[in-house]
Amino acid sequence: MAKYILKRVLLAILTIWAVATLTFFLMNAVPGGPFLSEKAISPAATKALEAKYGLDKPLSQQYLTYMTDALHGDFGDSLKQRGRTVIGIITMKFPVSARVGGISVLVSLIVGVVLGCVAALKQGKFMDGLISVISTLGIAVPGFVICTLLMYLFGVKLRWLPTLGLTSPKHYIMPVAALSFYPTAYIMRLMRSSMLDALGQDYMRTAKAKGLSGKKQLFKHALRNAILPVVTYVGPLLAYTVTGSFVVEKIFTIPGLGGEFIGAISGRDYTLIMGTTIFLATLIVVMNVIVDIVYKIIDPRIKLK
Amino acid sequence: MSDKYLVDIKNERLSFFTPAGEVKALNDVSIHLEPGEVLGIVGESGSGKSVTAYSLMGLTANPGKLIGGSLMFNDHQIENMTEREMRKIRGSEVSIIFQDPMTSLNPVYTIGNQIVEVIMLHTDKTRKEAKERAKELLELVGINEPSKRLKQYPHELSGGMRQRVMIAIALACEPKLLIADEPTTALDVTIQAQILELMMELKEKLGMAIIMITHDLGVVASMCDRIAVMYAGRIIEYGTTDDIFYNPKHMYTKGLIRSIPRLDATEHERLVPIEGTPVDLLNPPAGCPFAPRCEACMKICLRQMPPKAVFDEVHYTHCWLNQKEMMEKGEANE
Repeated sequence: MAKYILKRVLLAILTIWAVATLTFFLMNAVPGGPFLSEKAISPAATKALEAKYGLDKPLSQQYLTYMTDALHGDFGDSLKQRGRTVIGIITMKFPVSARVGGISVLVSLIVGVVLGCVAALKQGKFMDGLISVISTLGIAVPGFVICTLLMYLFGVKLRWLPTLGLTSPKHYIMPVAALSFYPTAYIMRLMRSSMLDALGQDYMRTAKAKGLSGKKQLFKHALRNAILPVVTYVGPLLAYTVTGSFVVEKIFTIPGLGGEFIGAISGRDYTLIMGTTIFLATLIVVMNVIVDIVYKIIDPRIKLK
Repeated sequence: MSDKYLVDIKNERLSFFTPAGEVKALNDVSIHLEPGEVLGIVGESGSGKSVTAYSLMGLTANPGKLIGGSLMFNDHQIENMTEREMRKIRGSEVSIIFQDPMTSLNPVYTIGNQIVEVIMLHTDKTRKEAKERAKELLELVGINEPSKRLKQYPHELSGGMRQRVMIAIALACEPKLLIADEPTTALDVTIQAQILELMMELKEKLGMAIIMITHDLGVVASMCDRIAVMYAGRIIEYGTTDDIFYNPKHMYTKGLIRSIPRLDATEHERLVPIEGTPVDLLNPPAGCPFAPRCEACMKICLRQMPPKAVFDEVHYTHCWLNQKEMMEKGEANE
């Protein structure tokens, strides 16, 4: 186990390094720069700014400087948000996104698994049909449409829920609902098919022949086997969702990290692009390791190598 | 009369209602077993062997429905029992061993967990006592180092070992009846022999009755007191093991016996197969279901189902040929 974790950590470092390197050169290959704006700035001022941030140096040297600093935990200052470090921005905004995202993953997991199981148990019946319509909708309808619809219905027409900010628990309802829609639908479908698969296995017949109740058969014997595909999906999902969604945060005016991903790119805020990308990559790598370990716990046949 | 029998199935009729129509899986099946008796049910795939036994446990798969007859087991009238009542006797009074031990155990739980589960369900034992009992059971079915095995997962055991575990689970609550649904089909020959020997040994020790479902006549020959030969959802011949092997009356039974490979056969002797294919139970023929494949088929066989031809108090067939022979001999029959 220790050997396995060591191996995974080394691999993770390699992966993150590759992501960082690729991102660094790709973003520099894109035309434009952080100090271009509609108002013409004098060439001298631009030069001075570039010199201040080291952007006048050759790319290879910039890369080396960045990597060395990053290894020392210094991810630099934001080029656009004056006076803020990249780490400062992430530590300020991530908790906001993480709360909304974390709750919504939890909601999608619970609702998706339960409805998926129900659909499998009622295969071919009305409930199954209804659930499959809902899940198709959830997968097909884009997030911004759902956000807008929710906002129009509950915010504008019924006036039940606040439409912006995150100041009370009530404020969380709509963003969480909007964020959970797609993953819930996806988990439902995963769960339904893997549950059907599990229910048809021979060991379920054994469980029934032992005299176990339907509930025990389902929760003890079927669910643990059927949940594996959902675990695979939820790991990376969690990484993506806790880092925030641009659309949902924009529409509900949530000061989260999601907007920074897009804002950094459109503003060519090089250091912030690097920072957010490395942060997301790290989260995904970590989640994948956790998924593998959870897998091993759920299914003893799986060997960690 | 039914007091005497542990199992008394009378005129069971069971159909699967599929989108294509009603599949008559069992037609007028009657079987009875005394306590401690071993009954073999033989027949080809789809002949209704498993369906008969499963219906006794209320394990009939979904579109299947009992549409007639009476099923008595250990003084329970099975067809009138609710699912809740059935659950109480499943795994305690009647247990089953399935065909494929590789897939019949849940891969994500330890052997111990799966044995303890059934003990805790049907007895008042504490978890600790149940574990002790599980250890005893593993010893009983001939598994060495039981304490270690209890902590292992199914994938860490061989096929024969897993079937032993299945037997241990089945016997955990000392059932009155053990249904063995082709328990050795998925195992290699030496392991087959070991498992059968184990079952016989345990039967002697625990005194339960066994219904042995198989298409391997060799298996029934060595184990069973009586044999029911099934074809197309009917019992077409029933008798003691000696009756079936040394004095088979039905053409299908004769065909089955002929198709067993013999050790003393010369090198160039071919096995004699039964020609043709099994009947379509969606549209069963009017007469004897075996008639289209029978080499001694008569006109009446295609028109009318033959009545029971009784040879002695045990041995009977459903065959017009037997009826005819009897009539020629001038014997009275039903």
